[in-house]
Amino acid sequence: MSIWEYANPVKFMRVSGAMLPWTVAAAVLCCVAGVVWGFLTPLDYKQGATVKILFLHVPAAMMAINIWVMMLVASLIWLIRRHHVSALAAKAAAPVGAVMTLIALATGAIWGQPMWGSWWEWDPRLTSFLILFLFYVGYIALWSAVEDPDSAADLTGVLCLVGSVFALLSRYAVLFWNQGLHQGASLSVAPGERMSAIYRYPLYLSMLGFFLLFLALLLIRTRTEIRKRRLAALIAREMRT
Amino acid sequence: MIALLKRDLVLATRAGGGFGLAVAFFLILCSLVPFGVGPQSATLRPVAPGILWVGALLSCLLSLDRIFALDHEDGSLDLLATAPIPLEGVVAIKALAHWLTTAVPLIIAAPLFGVLLQLPAAAMPMLVASLAIGTPALSVLGAFGAAVTVGLRRGGLLLSLLVLPLYIPTLIFGTEAIRRSAEGGQAGVALMLLAGISAAVLALVPFAAAAALRINLR
Amino acid sequence: MTPALLAVHDLAVARGGLRAVEGLSFTLDRGQALILRGPNGIGKTTLLRTIAGLQPPVAGRIDMPEDCVAYAAHADGIKTTLTVAENLGFWAQVFGGGGVDDALAAMDLRALADRAAGTLSAGQKRRLGLARLLVTGRPLWILDEPTVSLDQASVALFAAAIRAHLASGGAAVMATHIDLSLSEARHLDLTRFRAVPGKPSIPAGFNEAFA
Repeated sequence: MSIWEYANPVKFMRVSGAMLPWTVAAAVLCCVAGVVWGFLTPLDYKQGATVKILFLHVPAAMMAINIWVMMLVASLIWLIRRHHVSALAAKAAAPVGAVMTLIALATGAIWGQPMWGSWWEWDPRLTSFLILFLFYVGYIALWSAVEDPDSAADLTGVLCLVGSVFALLSRYAVLFWNQGLHQGASLSVAPGERMSAIYRYPLYLSMLGFFLLFLALLLIRTRTEIRKRRLAALIAREMRT
Repeated sequence: MIALLKRDLVLATRAGGGFGLAVAFFLILCSLVPFGVGPQSATLRPVAPGILWVGALLSCLLSLDRIFALDHEDGSLDLLATAPIPLEGVVAIKALAHWLTTAVPLIIAAPLFGVLLQLPAAAMPMLVASLAIGTPALSVLGAFGAAVTVGLRRGGLLLSLLVLPLYIPTLIFGTEAIRRSAEGGQAGVALMLLAGISAAVLALVPFAAAAALRINLR
Repeated sequence: MTPALLAVHDLAVARGGLRAVEGLSFTLDRGQALILRGPNGIGKTTLLRTIAGLQPPVAGRIDMPEDCVAYAAHADGIKTTLTVAENLGFWAQVFGGGGVDDALAAMDLRALADRAAGTLSAGQKRRLGLARLLVTGRPLWILDEPTVSLDQASVALFAAAIRAHLASGGAAVMATHIDLSLSEARHLDLTRFRAVPGKPSIPAGFNEAFA
């Protein structure tokens, strides 16, 4: 039995239908617990209460990037192995990723106003996220512009590949252009500069929550896409005969 | 393939080909900027490299949708796809024709517009060099965008949306090269990175564009 | 015996993500013409585009020598700002052939050679599009409704061109509703090969994968 069996629409619908309630429940639980726990943490001696936005900002930023990577993998699976559910999963993930990018940008702006004294700075990280958002918008727009689903899946797949390369390239080009004020990674594997455990554990929890939230939304949206395609297929067959 | 290049160049210069429009657009853009930011050379000089590059980029964008759309409408693209030229070659030649008819006039006219925007004379060679090195990448990436959107009725706007983010690295290194040389600094690194991007784009993107064309021809 | 110019084995082609024609097999030798028949929408255009290599088959095989197809469809690929001779000369150069003058003569376009193609009538454009086939030098012509907007004299001219092509060792597959009085041509009715809706193991597209 291979993992590719889940690429069968019928099988995917059955398994995802069984998973969905549990995923939604776990996502809500982890998100609420993570954010509330984060809110109850003591004030940071430098940043004050503003630090608490971290528990939304960091998980959203993490998911914004990870969702694009997931779309890239799904697109590759579609282009190479022609599993239709994979293409639909990439399509379903894109708006979630775009919203995650927006959340990261918006919470960043809200945090940046008191800390840096401005809502927006052309800092490399902020700029990279803006560029990532543009790629999400282009990808979503292409899906909705192409009528034939087979062409749309192929074209967006190619765009996702090219876009990934250029998103990465832009990330480093932006560093060359402006060194920036954004602090380093919030969670670092390097010893010595880790954030205090008081903040770290609720952050882990809300990251898990955001991941589960994405999984739940992805399942719901992919199921919707599959149903839409099934409907379109039935109509197409009716019209042919 | 040379026949295709010749035909595209002839078509661009015949009536309705749009040859020279990009330069006219570039001129208008450069003469509008001082109205927006003020006529003092102290305000114009720092923004000149960016305006010149953004202007060149937008002028290139204007004619991108013509790269494949006209050939798709009249059926030439179907016929070219069955011709003994690989589709990757068709893409490369079409991008080259776009570059010759759109970007080369821009590069030649750029120093003139540099004068309008108070760009220091010392930075002029770098302006021409960075445009000459960077614009081939703009044409090829534009051909990719045009290939993706070729069958769409309202492809023009989507084309800009897809292509402009891809232009960001080229834009950054292009303006950075001019800015550094205008400030009397070393522009070599920026220029080399720009050349690296152009080389990689020229080598790889035609394959992606040809793949997109094949999908759209089906 | 020389192998057939075109051999189609158990071919299935799809339009709009659904199989249109399946289980189609035929061979075509040099000197033969095949006329596809069938009601509108059965998939004649799709089949011709698949043979021409513009879209991949869903199943089956198409065997023919490399670079042997010249395709002509509803759109003729004519640039309106180029003259008739320039249009034809371009395709002659692309295909590495010659014979622009002969092609102009065969399609009775000599008097129009220096006119801009944009000033031609629909029928004259069509003749220019068909003259293009002559300069490609390709043996297998794939023709999709070649006689649209041609008058009777031009249809006769075109039939003569096809006959000459067949006589010189070429072959043609075409979809047409007009009788070209090509007595030697075979007819193939696609109605027999209409695809049965079902759920094949390799879906042709989204519309079959989710049916």
